[in-house]
Amino acid sequence: MPATLHSDSPLVPAVKLTGVTARYEQNVVFDDLCLEIAAGQFAGIVGPTACGKSTLLKIVLGIHAVSAGQVELYNYPVNKVRPGTIGYVPQLGSVDWNFPVTVEEVISMGLYTNGRIWPWLSKQERTCIQDLAHRLGVDDCLKSHISDISGGQRQRTFLARALINNPKLLILDEPTSGVDIKTQHEVLHLLSDINRGGITILLTTHDLNAVASHLPWVICFNRGVIAQGRPNTIFTNEILTKTYGGDIVIVKSEGHLLIANSTPLKFIDETP
Amino acid sequence: MEFLLEPIEYEFFRHALLAALMVGASGGLIGVYVVLRGMSYVGHGLSHAAIGGAVIGITLNLNFYAGACAMGLLAAFIINKITKNNKIKLDAAIGIVTTAMFALGVAIVSKMRNFKQNFEAALFGNILGITEQDLMIIGLVALFTLITMFITYRTLLFSTFDNEAARVFGIKTDSVQLLFSLLLTFSVIASLNVIGVTMVAATLIAPAMTARMLTDRFSRMIIYSTIIGAVTGVIGMYLSYIFNVASGTTIVLFSVLVFALSMLVRPLRNLYRSRQY
Repeated sequence: MPATLHSDSPLVPAVKLTGVTARYEQNVVFDDLCLEIAAGQFAGIVGPTACGKSTLLKIVLGIHAVSAGQVELYNYPVNKVRPGTIGYVPQLGSVDWNFPVTVEEVISMGLYTNGRIWPWLSKQERTCIQDLAHRLGVDDCLKSHISDISGGQRQRTFLARALINNPKLLILDEPTSGVDIKTQHEVLHLLSDINRGGITILLTTHDLNAVASHLPWVICFNRGVIAQGRPNTIFTNEILTKTYGGDIVIVKSEGHLLIANSTPLKFIDETP
Repeated sequence: MEFLLEPIEYEFFRHALLAALMVGASGGLIGVYVVLRGMSYVGHGLSHAAIGGAVIGITLNLNFYAGACAMGLLAAFIINKITKNNKIKLDAAIGIVTTAMFALGVAIVSKMRNFKQNFEAALFGNILGITEQDLMIIGLVALFTLITMFITYRTLLFSTFDNEAARVFGIKTDSVQLLFSLLLTFSVIASLNVIGVTMVAATLIAPAMTARMLTDRFSRMIIYSTIIGAVTGVIGMYLSYIFNVASGTTIVLFSVLVFALSMLVRPLRNLYRSRQY
């Protein structure tokens, strides 16, 4: 019997990985990984390319089998979790934008887990899509083809599909890639609002500045958890060097963090 | 009007017309997924594998469809297995598996020449020789395809658009893929006697491509493609009668002509809109 998740108590971890080993055939991506993400958390995973971030997400999503260890969502094994409990937004770069679907058709895909056999949507489902699209600011383009809308609207469309089932956990793969700075800012603000509504959010990103300015919790990852905590305490030379190698400058100014690539690695503290 | 009614007086033409209508409609319907899943070459390959099976079936005194069906399903199964680990791409797997099965059929035909005529009919289609049994099989396959596609519309669409997300949302994508392979195999085999191995792929692809040029909505594309498949089948049959050209060839050529015309629709629509504003 699939598990229904009732508890959002911070005492129950939304995600719990215990001794997890992941591999692609003979190549071990990470070994004996332990990680907990509290319910209600808004967490970002950062790390260099090919560090295992995407594999970690796929394991939490239940679409990559682990070689060893346990993966639990709200204390239930990941494969026993009821469909619709997790909302997922893929990388926009992986989407076929020439596929003949409208914004409304994409959002309605989220309802396909209901198990109904009729292809058409009920009046209630249409209302639900309309309301959610309005909340996310894509109600004006519901009948538009997905290639005819802006980058921000595309992200919001896939976000709407992920949210249509009222998930407990929302997972996003690189939501800030491929969009301009303004759209990044809007998307992350929107995610903050969604998180305040009680949904646990886990995302991956390469954009350290976006994480530093918008996310309350960060996990530095490179084939294992290097460190996790608030960006202000986690983004240090030592941790970022360990995560990425060299070539990173961290500027602290008026309570804000600015992280940039540079050589050689140095730390500038402008705090008065 | 008389030229429409005259051929219907012949029973063989009525059979052929009905077969072309059903094969065209079901091919148009399933063709949408074939095109969007990037499996256009699969239909072509499966028809070649099926012909190998049909020859073996006839050699073993079995029904034409039984042998074709068994070999078509075996080909679909082997192709799925070979491509599952991602080391070998789909086009390469189709090429090796289906060509081998077709070659087996040709080898048997070259040794036993007593059913050369059946083999040629399967290669190039023999729509005018459609029997009531053929019609029954084509009708059942078309009905089965229609019902299954209706029931699995949502899951097929989601897994075709975004297979990974579909899995996260609880859709059993492996089962969907298997079911789709079965439907495709049945549709291809049902079309063999109508269109012929060499041209089956076009009846799957052309209506779907035409429909894609006419709409950006998936729900409309499905309806348009089914109607276009059925209509081009029927008109192709009439053209074949009028110009006395092989029916399978005429249907395919007419489908391609309709597709070529559909390519003009979008530029013309854009031109019309730009003049309006």
